Order: sequence, then C-alpha cells, then structure tokens
Amino acid sequence: MSDIAIRAENLSKKFMLGERLGFKTFRETLQDSLVSPLRRIIRGEKNGLPAEEKVDNDRRIWALKDVSFEVKHGEVLGIIGPNGAGKSTLLKILSRITEPTAGYAEIRGRVGSLLEVGTGFHPELTGRENVYLNGSILGMSKAEIRRKFDDIVSFAGVEKFIDTPVKRYSSGMQVRLAFAVAAHLDPEILIIDEVLAVGDAEFQKRCLGKMNEVSRSGRTVLFVSHNMAAVEGLCTRVLSLDMGRIATDGDPVTAIQTYLLPKSASRPIWFQASEPPGSQPAIYSVTITNEDGKAHNTIKMGTDVQIAIRIVNIRCQSDFEFSLRFTDSLGRRVMTCNNLFQHPRPIRLRKEDTIQCVVHDCRLAPGTYSLEVYARANGVLLAQKPLLQFEMVPADLYGTSRYLPPHTCVWAPNVAWNVPSA
Amino acid sequence: MKDLPDTESRTISPAELPAPTPADAAPAADQLPETVYDDDLLDSEPASDLEAGGPSPPPPLPENVPITRIVPTGGWRSLDLREVWRYRELMFTLAWREISIRYKQTILGAAWAVLQPLMTTGIFSVLFALLMGKGNEPTPEGIPYPVSTFCAMLPWTLFAQSLNQSGNILVQYRAMITKIYFPRLILPASAVLSTLVDFSVSLVALLGLMVYYGIYPGWAVITLPLFILLAVMASLAVGLWLSALNALYRDFKYVIPFVVQVGMFISPVVYSADSIRDKLPSWAFTLYSLNPMAGVIEGFRWALLGTSHGPGLMLAISTAATALILLGGMFYFRRMERLVADLI
Repeated sequence: MSDIAIRAENLSKKFMLGERLGFKTFRETLQDSLVSPLRRIIRGEKNGLPAEEKVDNDRRIWALKDVSFEVKHGEVLGIIGPNGAGKSTLLKILSRITEPTAGYAEIRGRVGSLLEVGTGFHPELTGRENVYLNGSILGMSKAEIRRKFDDIVSFAGVEKFIDTPVKRYSSGMQVRLAFAVAAHLDPEILIIDEVLAVGDAEFQKRCLGKMNEVSRSGRTVLFVSHNMAAVEGLCTRVLSLDMGRIATDGDPVTAIQTYLLPKSASRPIWFQASEPPGSQPAIYSVTITNEDGKAHNTIKMGTDVQIAIRIVNIRCQSDFEFSLRFTDSLGRRVMTCNNLFQHPRPIRLRKEDTIQCVVHDCRLAPGTYSLEVYARANGVLLAQKPLLQFEMVPADLYGTSRYLPPHTCVWAPNVAWNVPSA
Repeated sequence: MKDLPDTESRTISPAELPAPTPADAAPAADQLPETVYDDDLLDSEPASDLEAGGPSPPPPLPENVPITRIVPTGGWRSLDLREVWRYRELMFTLAWREISIRYKQTILGAAWAVLQPLMTTGIFSVLFALLMGKGNEPTPEGIPYPVSTFCAMLPWTLFAQSLNQSGNILVQYRAMITKIYFPRLILPASAVLSTLVDFSVSLVALLGLMVYYGIYPGWAVITLPLFILLAVMASLAVGLWLSALNALYRDFKYVIPFVVQVGMFISPVVYSADSIRDKLPSWAFTLYSLNPMAGVIEGFRWALLGTSHGPGLMLAISTAATALILLGGMFYFRRMERLVADLI
C-alpha cells in the first residue's frame, strides 16, 4: 500500500459552457439570492434542484469523468490524448489548483507542479530576483534556492546577465532561466504539463535530457505531452485520455499505438476517390504494390515498394508535385518522397495518368506505417490527402538468419564494413 | 553493391562473406550485446545506464511523507491557517516583489510614498484655514492642523493602498493562480504587507514634521505598534472582502475607488473625531465608530501626538468591528477560494 504515490478514484470535473461561466454580476447574485427562496416556496419543495441547474444541464460538459488510477512510487506516467481530453484538468486537480466536482485523490509525498515555465517572472526584476521569486513560487525554500543558485545560473548559461532586468534578456534567455529554476525542483512527485513545447530545438533537447535524468532518479513523475517520442522514451506507463475518460492504461508503446491508430485504422490498403472526378484535378486512386506486383499491405523489408497514383485531370494539363509522407505507428515521420527534390521540374500529366513511385530496397523497420499522399496541381494543394496503411515485415536482410531486435532502428541500412586487410 | 577501390582496406559485401554457421554467430552475440545498437532516448536501457550502472532504485520514502487528500468541498470551510503559515515565505516573497517593482523606473522612487499624503495634507490645511479661519481648524487641542492630519494620513494611506492593491490582486495574479497551488489568502495578505514600506517612509516624514512643530510623543508612543497592527488588520479585513468579491464579480472594480474616496471623509482623517463628537447624537457617533479605521486613526493621534485622552470607547467599537469583518472576510475568502481558479 505504501508504495502507491498517487491514487485517484472516480475523479470528475464538470465545467459550464458559454461565456457566462459563473461570471454572474453582483446584481444577478443578489437577485438570485432574493428570488430563488421565494421561487422554491411558490413551487413547493418537490423540485429539489434549483431552477438554474435544470436549465443548464445541456450546457455542461464533464472535462473529466470517473477517472481512476494508481501511480506507484518511482513510476513515470505519461498522459496523452487529443486536445480537450482532460489532461490539463487532471493535472490541475492533482496539483490542487482546482477542485474535483466528484471523486477523490490521495497523494503521498511533496508535489511540485510545473504547468508552465516561468510562472511569476516579472520583466522589471533582475535575473537573480526572478530566480528567487520563481523558486519560491514553485515551492522551494529560500535556503534551498540559495544552495542551488549557482547550478541554476550555469544551467541557464546567463551568468553575465544575472543582475540585469529580465526584460533586457532575449526571449530564449528568459525561457532558459525559467526552465533552469524548474529543473532544479526536487519534490517526491513531479507534475509536468507540456513544458517542452517551448524554445528552440537545442533547448528542447536539453529539456528532454534533464527530464530523462529526472525520470531515472526514481522520482514519481506525471508527464503530459503531445510529443509521442518523448512520452515513449521517458515514461514507464502511459495513460491515454479521451473525452474525460481513460481510454487505455498500459505500457507506453501499446498505449501510444492505440491512441494513434483509431484515426487511421479504418483506412484501406488502397485509396479510391469516393466521387466521380469533376473538372478539378483529383487523385482517383492510390495503391501500394509489393515486389510481386500485387496490391498488398505487407511489404517485406529490403524489397521495393511501388506506389501507384492515378490522377484524373479532365480540364487541362497540369504541373504536379507529389509528396509521399511515411509515418510510423508512434506518429513520427520516417520518410518523405518529393519528386521536386529529385527532379526540379514538376511532373506534367495528361488528362488521365498514372504515376508510379518506387522506393527501392525499402528497409524500414518492421511495424505498421501510414502513407499520406499530398499532391499539388499548378501549385495548389489538392484537398484529398489519401491515407493508406501498410505493414513492414521482417526479412533476413543480410542473409545471416539474424533479425534485428525490435526497437533498435527505424531503418536498417545496407552497410559496408571496411576492415583493414589481414 | 559497387566495389570500392581496394587500397588500404577492403570492402566486405554480404555476398563475399562466408555464410555464418551457428557456432560463430553465438560468440558474436556475446561481443555485441543488443543494447549497443540502442538509442539512448528511445530505448528501455539507455546508454547512460552503461556508465551509471543501471537506473537508480527509487529512494526509500521518508517515514512521514505528507499525505494530501483531494476531495470536493462545498460551502463554508475551516480557515486552515496552518497552511497559510506554511506558505509564509511565499507571502513575504510576493510582498517583496510588489515593493521592488513599485518604484522601478521612477525618478522620485519612494518619495512618492510621502508626496501623496503630504500634498493632500497641504491642500486640506489651506482649505480649512480659509474656511474656518486659522486656529479654528478641526484638530485636537494644541496640535497644529497639518501635523494632526498628516498623522491620520499615515494609517489612512496604508488602508487605501491596501484596498487598491488587494482588490485587484487575484485578477492580477490570474496566471499564477491557474498554474500553481498555494493558499490564495497569502495574495491579499502580501498586498497589505507591501504597503508597510510606504508607511515606514511616511512615518519618518511625520517624525520630521513633528520635530519642526516641536511636538514630542509621550509614553503612549509605546502603543504605536499595536495601532499599526490594528491598521494592518483593518486593511486586511476589508481587503479580503474586496479581493474575493472582485474575483467573482467585476463590479467591485468600480466600488473600490468609491469606498476609498468616501471612506476618507467618514473617517477622522482631515478632521479629528472630537470635532464632530458633540455635533452628532450619541447613536450616530456609535455608528460612526463602527468604521474600522476610525479607532485606528484616533489611536495614532493619541499614541504619537499625545492628545489629551485616549480613543477609549470608539477604539473598542471599531476594533470589534474590525475583528468581525476580518473573521467574516476570511471565511468568505475560503469559500470563494476553491472556485477562483475556474472562474477568474
């Protein structure tokens, strides 16, 4: 029992829709408090609910509904889901910013929550002052901040500017300093919301590195993100929320795949336009063909993949540009084939044409992939973006009867080993 | 595969290699454990573990970890002042933040703290001298009018500033309220605390004025800290109500300046309480004494200027009123607190 860090039972949170979200004016409140007892007397006590509650029933949404889970001490729990699934609401309830409408949660240990980087930063204050301010807002004691001050400043790399007001900082420096403070927070339970979405690539990498360090230090972490690669890399368990409920709860890869899959699960291995072609250029069909020349959704590693795109272009000839985007089951783009990259001139097509794109020796790692076809006719992006799915199956690539273990690569290259002559 | 020119090294293409037998595949597996291929970010066993020697086990939980229970609450709640006390450091930090940004990029800086009450005092000194004639101003016996009024101006400015600050503070700190947990009570409290700095600057100015007029406080000055505390309490009492109400109903944005303006005239600031006592029926004066600041201001005059008698009954009434407003304000604030992050 004692190794449970967080226990949530049937947590629910209700919100009211519409802009009058409780913003009653004082007059309305006064009026209500005078009128509603009278109304109740007039109607009798039969209708237990105040009138307002019944009227508004259809304007309410449950941002969270009956969410129950347990997090063990030391677990790194990722929380994923589409926008509006209730991820942030859940974090806000667990960090005691808002109260649940119903349900119960118990947290064992000090909680540090990081729902935003740089909360309380004031542009007029110096870097030093802001470190103290932000630190104590995040729940550090003054002594603690003093002890970590040098580390924070050097992590942010702003030693020279520490006594300058932060309004003179570049925005990158501000974010770095803010993150540095947050990164030095060490409570037993850390709650983090999408803080990696800020800053440049270099900074994000640094954040991920720090997060990696934190998640391996044995602390309990709750981590909300849309960055599936980060979630998969950092978390030991993933909770996927949808419409305020738990959709899946399990190991990261499974949870992420089931989260990403429904969007594409119903897609066939070939695409056919649902309407007869009109006057506008349109994609009529897309098929994936394996080495045998059959339309098939399984492709053996190391063989050629043929993608045939049939274009109907009744009115006139057009210049076409195609971009084939390959995404893996974790939502990462693994390949892009664009004809303009190889041949600077767009493809000129007649009224009805089929173009073939062959990916030679496709060595994508085993797994499920989606292919999305983007096409531009005379520079205008076509509305259709056919989405297909196919499966890469393992093959004895090197003729050694040895297969690559799963999750070791996204692409198995054909490598030459140059060894010194004996 | 294209053959590379054979210089110092030679290229092995898969076809060239002899087909591996199971016997030589096995030792190869020993030499190259699978983790060597692995990317440190995406894999279950990161490269850093190779150096560090495995992920560190979770540190043992301290024996008495704090347990937080999160349950929906409704209606009135207990005050939980212990929680406020635990967050006192943040309260002082926020007060210090208010103070340090108040006069940033101003030329006169903290002198503004003195200038405002001094100007008001000056205007009323001239006004009353013109209206009532020099020497007939509404001031305690033997005290020059400017000294008496400036002395009253001190607690009044503290009160007015606190109201302005705390009335708006929940809205001002919206970003923080929706991102971080802390007992929200420390926000209006820090707003009130931050006005103490301006107050101290003005107090020094008052002492200068008293020396100029040759007025020296008697033994009663030792009670001054009590009156300062009372002024803080009164400011907090009204400030709590206004900040909670303003967070929910923005109507109070318009009420606060009005309260401050009218309040100055229904408190003995530009006149002494004695000068109206005889002109009012006793019930009306009792009503007047309910004003939390009335007792405080008269207390200041008594403690600093040595007016002949203490504020007595008036002080008792207005202290009682302060206590009631403060207690009610704290309970109301707690009741509103749980909604504030959703509604603000």
